[in-house]
Amino acid sequence: MNQASDAPFRPYAPGSQPPLDAADYGSTQKRHPISALVRLPGGHTATELTAPRFSPARYPAFADLTAPGGGKALGERIIVAGRVLDEDGRAVPGVMIELWQANAAGRYDHTRDQHDAPCDPHFHGAGRVFSDEDGRYRFITIKPGAYPWRNHHNAWRPNHIHYSLFGSGFAQRLVTQMYFPGDPLLAFDPIFNATPDTAARARLVAGFDLDVTQPEWALGYRFDVVLRGRGATPFEEGRP
Amino acid sequence: MPAATASQTIGPYWHLLEDPSWADLTRLGAVGERIALIGNITDGDGVPVSDACVELWQASPPASADWDGFGRAATDVEGNFRFVTLKPGPVPGPPGANALQAPHGAITLFARGLMIHLQTRVYFEGEALNKQDPLLASLEPARQATLVARPEGERDGLPSWRLDIRLQGVGETVFLDI
Ligand SMILES: [Fe+2]
Repeated sequence: MNQASDAPFRPYAPGSQPPLDAADYGSTQKRHPISALVRLPGGHTATELTAPRFSPARYPAFADLTAPGGGKALGERIIVAGRVLDEDGRAVPGVMIELWQANAAGRYDHTRDQHDAPCDPHFHGAGRVFSDEDGRYRFITIKPGAYPWRNHHNAWRPNHIHYSLFGSGFAQRLVTQMYFPGDPLLAFDPIFNATPDTAARARLVAGFDLDVTQPEWALGYRFDVVLRGRGATPFEEGRP
Repeated sequence: MPAATASQTIGPYWHLLEDPSWADLTRLGAVGERIALIGNITDGDGVPVSDACVELWQASPPASADWDGFGRAATDVEGNFRFVTLKPGPVPGPPGANALQAPHGAITLFARGLMIHLQTRVYFEGEALNKQDPLLASLEPARQATLVARPEGERDGLPSWRLDIRLQGVGETVFLDI
């Protein structure tokens, strides 16, 4: 397999990504292009194969979202840990992961959020961590609350944490959301359900993990993130 | 092994991440031909997209201690964004191909209503290499024009280039399947 750093990234696997035109998510209606997306005639170039390298020296990590409030944020303290891998299962080190979320009551510390739920002066809800040599990352936060969002009658977003990741090539750029196991709202959420492949959806749901859980302190969840791999898939290599 | 993790919308509250200084790609002290890249983003009804996260990534000039080549800007209530950056130079073509691409930057859009980011490019009017750029050459002229920024003269002390972005409908921007 060609995995050199100038090897092109593989196309997304069919069904693994949501469509731009997601009928049940109203805001996509006027925001999705009608024309087909255009492929680069010669494939990926330096613009897609390379990416900004963010160093923690310049972009300090901020792994405890409860720290700015002196640990007094209201709600259920949790630990989230996982790995950043590529599609071949290899660790991706040095990935900058940006995180943001609502507070325990389901309200963002954001002027546009007018949900009638209390703000928490001890919780802002933004963080930044980097994957280590084994692709591992970890942060501490408060379990975010569900919130209403007016997409349809009685629409509520399931509990979720927003993730933004930068890989080694800009073609790997990923913004996603982590959900929580057992959330009854997942079944009704047009955003979660927009991704056609069932297994791909399931991988957006973190697992409860007793090994991440810290005794007498906080429950732990595990959430692995997979970035696009480089080079031909074994399937493509096997072609005559 | 599983496929890449599914994208999910950035939503309306991504500003919790925002650092407005990131809209200036020269913020780390890079020296060169500084320009402003401005634009307006509208949806299929011509309504301003006022909650977008716009990212600009340039492989040229190459990264250095004072230049990441990366910036991020929020659109304002009227759908406007503004970056300060260095004008890019030519970028090598695909590995193995002996061709240069015209100077360009990658523009990535995230917003409420975008389940996965939209990717496009900004080229610059008047560049000699535009004629032979593989992507531009593959597009009919009207579609090509949606990727080419035009000079707007000096604004706020910098030579300014404009690239408006239309998400849908008449004049729809060319978006890329990267
Ligand atoms: Fe959210």
